Amino acid sequence: MEFKNFFKKRKIPLAWLLLTRQPLRILVAIAGIAFAGILMFMQLGFRDGLFDASVTVHKLFDADLVLISPRSKSSISMSGFPRRRLVQAMAHKDVTGTTAVNWNFLLWRNPENLSTRSILALGFEPSKPLLIDSDFERKAKTLKNKGRVLFDDLSRDEFGPISSWFKSGKVVETEVAGKRVRVSGIVSLGPSFGADGNLITSDETYLELSPGNPKGSIEIGLVRLAKGSDIEKVVRSLNISLPSDVKVMSLKSFIDFEKNYWKSSTSIGFIFTLGAAMGFIVGCVIVYQILYSDVSDHLPEYATLMAMGYNLRSLLGVVAREGFILSIMGYIPAYVSGQALYALVRSSTKLPVEMSFSRASIIFCLILFMCMGSALAAMKKLADADPAEIF
Amino acid sequence: MKNINNNTLNISSLNHWYGHGEMRRHVLQSVSMEISPGEVVLLTGPSGCGKTTLLTLIGALRKVQDGELKVFGKQLYGASRKTRQNLRKNIGMIFQGHNLLRCLTAEQNVQMGADLLSGFSYKVRRDQSREWLRAVGLEDHLSKLPHDLSGGQKQRVAIARALAARPKLLLADEPTSALDSSTGREIVDLLKKLASEQSCSVLMVTHDPRILDVADRLLQMEDGQILPSV
Repeated sequence: MEFKNFFKKRKIPLAWLLLTRQPLRILVAIAGIAFAGILMFMQLGFRDGLFDASVTVHKLFDADLVLISPRSKSSISMSGFPRRRLVQAMAHKDVTGTTAVNWNFLLWRNPENLSTRSILALGFEPSKPLLIDSDFERKAKTLKNKGRVLFDDLSRDEFGPISSWFKSGKVVETEVAGKRVRVSGIVSLGPSFGADGNLITSDETYLELSPGNPKGSIEIGLVRLAKGSDIEKVVRSLNISLPSDVKVMSLKSFIDFEKNYWKSSTSIGFIFTLGAAMGFIVGCVIVYQILYSDVSDHLPEYATLMAMGYNLRSLLGVVAREGFILSIMGYIPAYVSGQALYALVRSSTKLPVEMSFSRASIIFCLILFMCMGSALAAMKKLADADPAEIF
Repeated sequence: MKNINNNTLNISSLNHWYGHGEMRRHVLQSVSMEISPGEVVLLTGPSGCGKTTLLTLIGALRKVQDGELKVFGKQLYGASRKTRQNLRKNIGMIFQGHNLLRCLTAEQNVQMGADLLSGFSYKVRRDQSREWLRAVGLEDHLSKLPHDLSGGQKQRVAIARALAARPKLLLADEPTSALDSSTGREIVDLLKKLASEQSCSVLMVTHDPRILDVADRLLQMEDGQILPSV
């Protein structure tokens, strides 16, 4: 009924016709908006992808709470704390299990070209849970033999063709920190800002690979709680009962802690947000130019319409609709190219850059805002349309 | 306000000035005239005598500065912007240049006029627009852009557009000036015929001596004053 009414009441779609009868102008406008949109998609995609990448391992931890040293600032500068703190944490009635994790960078030798590169190594007791992965337990068992490591197949290619060699049945042996190791399994974690690659090994092998590590000192303590426990409450009570050489936080705040480091202590967030802002401004200028010159070119026609009895509001509506149409027509190619470029970035950098619904809608809102704002600015020109002048 | 004598247009002692201070020019000096429904009035006079100013005042495109100007009985002196805007819907205008919308076809241009009518469905308005184009002899050029039409054809579209809004008063400012004499004649005859069918009054400003005979009444203007009829 509403629709039928709309259909009956509809008028000549002036905004649409104004745009489509000037193909060159609309093409320039669409190209400009799409360019601005792509720029925003890329910059914000990179930014979020980099932040997400910084916590790829964190997110996989099988834990409710995390213990770290208060001196730890981020995954690239983790300090140790006494392993005993985990035992003390076990005393809390809600705690069901703990895992001690060593976390440090070691030198990995590429078995193909023998170059070395820093890799993030995680050491843990293979009998305890570490990652949420259905198959991980089976792989962890292989670490019970000394000198075995699990290699992250999402690590950058510079570490060597480890996973393809491993999958083809080859025995893959190489050196880590100058000691011989054998790859006994493949996991999928993903590189981050700080680490180009990851490997997981047993605590025993880890100590052998980094003999300087003080005995009984760990970098991360994972704590699992009984189902239905109040996480925040346990965090508070553990923070009170444990000595101050350790900090207790929920897994979520641990993830935020890491992301926050990259957001606030580095210029990454600023640089990429600035890049997106540049795209926005460029888009604004282009759309404003297009709409302004469109209004200027058609000023006598707008004045004629006013003389015919069209009121100023309906003419402002025409400009606003032009802005709206442009925003839709510019957003679609921007979205499609964004998707394609994200796929390209994923395959070449292995960064988890995904088209998230929230980013897609934020950028749509920005483009809409850009077009409507420019339309609003261009409307000022309409005030120059004086119907008395056209006689 | 009641329209006592039912005239389409009543003007008495209308004055208008342009500019300020020293530069102030008295362009309309105590103009008085009236047009009754269905009448075709031609206004002639040398350029710069105030004809166009008078036309824009009647067309509610300018604010009345002094004097009385009633269109369809509505006082325009002191009328609000909104009143003037609404009034314009009932006044058709044909310009010296055709002033068609370049991006619209002939049919769509006419419908821009018809779209001003409320209470008619899209289809009715479209059909009426086509009807008007047929009336001005352009039924074969419905979907042509102004660019592809000749000067005479464009002026016909402009007439159709002006009439499509069903005005009760049609103001035309030298509608034939851009046309050759035979086309100009045709256009004016057409205008008169269609206007009289709608019992629409016409006020036409013209320099063209060949079309003076279509007028029911002829007014001459000089130096901002209407000369006593000859």
